[in-house]
Amino acid sequence: MTSTIPVRGAPPGATAPPGRSRAGRRPNRTSLRMLGLNAVAVAIGLAVWAGLARAGVEGLPGPLAVADRGWDLIESGTLLEDTAASLRRVFIGFLLGSLLAVPVGFLMGWYVTARGLIEPYVQFFRTIPPLAIIPLAIVLLGIGETPKIFVITLAAFLSSVISTFQGVVSVDKTLINAARVLGAGDGVTFRRVVVPASSPFILVGMRIGLGSAWATLVAAELIAAQQGVGYRMQQAQLYYDLPTIFVGLITIGVLGLIMDRILLLVERRLTRWQERR
Amino acid sequence: MTTKISFQQTSCAFLVNGADFLAVDRVDLDIADREVVTVVGPSGCGKSTLLNMAAGLVNPTGGQVYVDGVPVREPGPERGVIFQQYALFPWLTVRSNVEFGLTLQRGVSRAERRRRAQHFIDLVGLTDFADALPKTLSGGMRQRCAIARAYAVNPSILLMDEPFGALDALTRVQMQDQLLRAWSAEQRTIMFITHDVDEAVYLANRVVVMAARPGRIKEIIPVELPYPRTEAHRLSPEFTEIRNRVWHAVYHQALEEDRAT
Ligand SMILES: Nc1ncnc2c1ncn2[C@@H]1O[C@H](COP(=O)(O)OP(=O)(O)O)[C@@H](O)[C@H]1O
Ligand SMILES: [Mg+2]
Repeated sequence: MTSTIPVRGAPPGATAPPGRSRAGRRPNRTSLRMLGLNAVAVAIGLAVWAGLARAGVEGLPGPLAVADRGWDLIESGTLLEDTAASLRRVFIGFLLGSLLAVPVGFLMGWYVTARGLIEPYVQFFRTIPPLAIIPLAIVLLGIGETPKIFVITLAAFLSSVISTFQGVVSVDKTLINAARVLGAGDGVTFRRVVVPASSPFILVGMRIGLGSAWATLVAAELIAAQQGVGYRMQQAQLYYDLPTIFVGLITIGVLGLIMDRILLLVERRLTRWQERR
Repeated sequence: MTTKISFQQTSCAFLVNGADFLAVDRVDLDIADREVVTVVGPSGCGKSTLLNMAAGLVNPTGGQVYVDGVPVREPGPERGVIFQQYALFPWLTVRSNVEFGLTLQRGVSRAERRRRAQHFIDLVGLTDFADALPKTLSGGMRQRCAIARAYAVNPSILLMDEPFGALDALTRVQMQDQLLRAWSAEQRTIMFITHDVDEAVYLANRVVVMAARPGRIKEIIPVELPYPRTEAHRLSPEFTEIRNRVWHAVYHQALEEDRAT
């Protein structure tokens, strides 16, 4: 557990949420205190869970039973295989989505024509939850990997593209002018000013994108898959196998958190030049 | 003497709240090759707009600006600009900021780039901060970095928009002398905006006084003091007299406007 909860989609720079201060990097007294409180909260949560299970809430397995099942699933290699299958899908989808979102977002921000042509589609598809595309994707693309990766790509793309676009639009005009008077043409200005200046927005967009890719993945697997964490939970549901469902949930949460943290670290590193108030 | 920059009936209107707002109204001004012209006037009188038109960053809506007889269409590295808002690239160190323009020039080797950047970094007194990011610099240091960045590409024209505004009095005087030294060594043409009347007179061959609403040239006051200028000039009766004339031209008008409103 880390000491702060990241704020999803917070705009970079001016309104950096307090959680993004240096507390995360250098442990001081406040952050140690926060860490302690976090640990206490987790302990209390586990205790309440154990208490509820013991008090005999219908079918609820205790933490130990879940840990036991977790161990079984690890030993048999099932958990690893499922996780690998899920991560593979999410990475491919996330990479494709982000790789597509960055140029499209740039096009929209840089050329008014492109913006006019693309924006209606982005805005329209943004209002459709990616999950609602799944039935269509399955009908059109079958039940293999393609529809799942397609839906994940779409989810990641839609989250990142708006952010990238906003980043490009909000690049300080005087920076562009400064590059131009130093002799930079359009290409150089774009590569060496617009891209770095909008990188904080792009990275925030990627984090949001990863979040929605992950959320979409699990749902996609619930519907049609032969492997994956979501698929495992779906199977367990058929047999009222609650411990396995819990193991799945915890795996999803922990992996999601780890991925978000990694991107947060990357983001911090790449945007260290930013002035934070 | 040949004309370097020529404003000919140059106007610039901005659309503000659906109506045309005349920021610069039919300005005629010739700046000679290797001349230093300073521009003073109340804030909002169109000084920056005038300079930006010479830079090629703002298009005139009437008339034309010529540089070496050619109408200005876009910016170019032969016209260095120092912006009022510094405009440093925040993701680059001081050194990389200063090197930026040089990386765009063909035939400048890496070592040469380094050497030249270092020269100008030393010149503006940022030697110890060469590898610092702009966010760690004070306002005055940022301004000096912006100056080094513009000097580094060795432009034949320097367009400077209140470049010393954020500096303390001592650094400001040092930078003024520095500017004049570099100017006499490298023979540049300089258009320099300031709100400091002393600075305007100290640097200029001519001081252009502008008036607002609409932005226009009110008076052009020649400064008949020889170069190189020194501190002794600042204390001379001639300097004081010219300074008073400029002061009067700027503030008499401001007072008039106050009375009118
Ligand atoms: N891009 C713009 N859009 C609308 N109005 C502008 C723009 N740039 C400048 N102005 C207006 O033009 C006038 C002159 O501005 P400026 O040249 O910056 O004045 P100065 O540099 O003398 O303070 C001001 O009233 C300002 O509000
Ligand atoms: Mg100005």
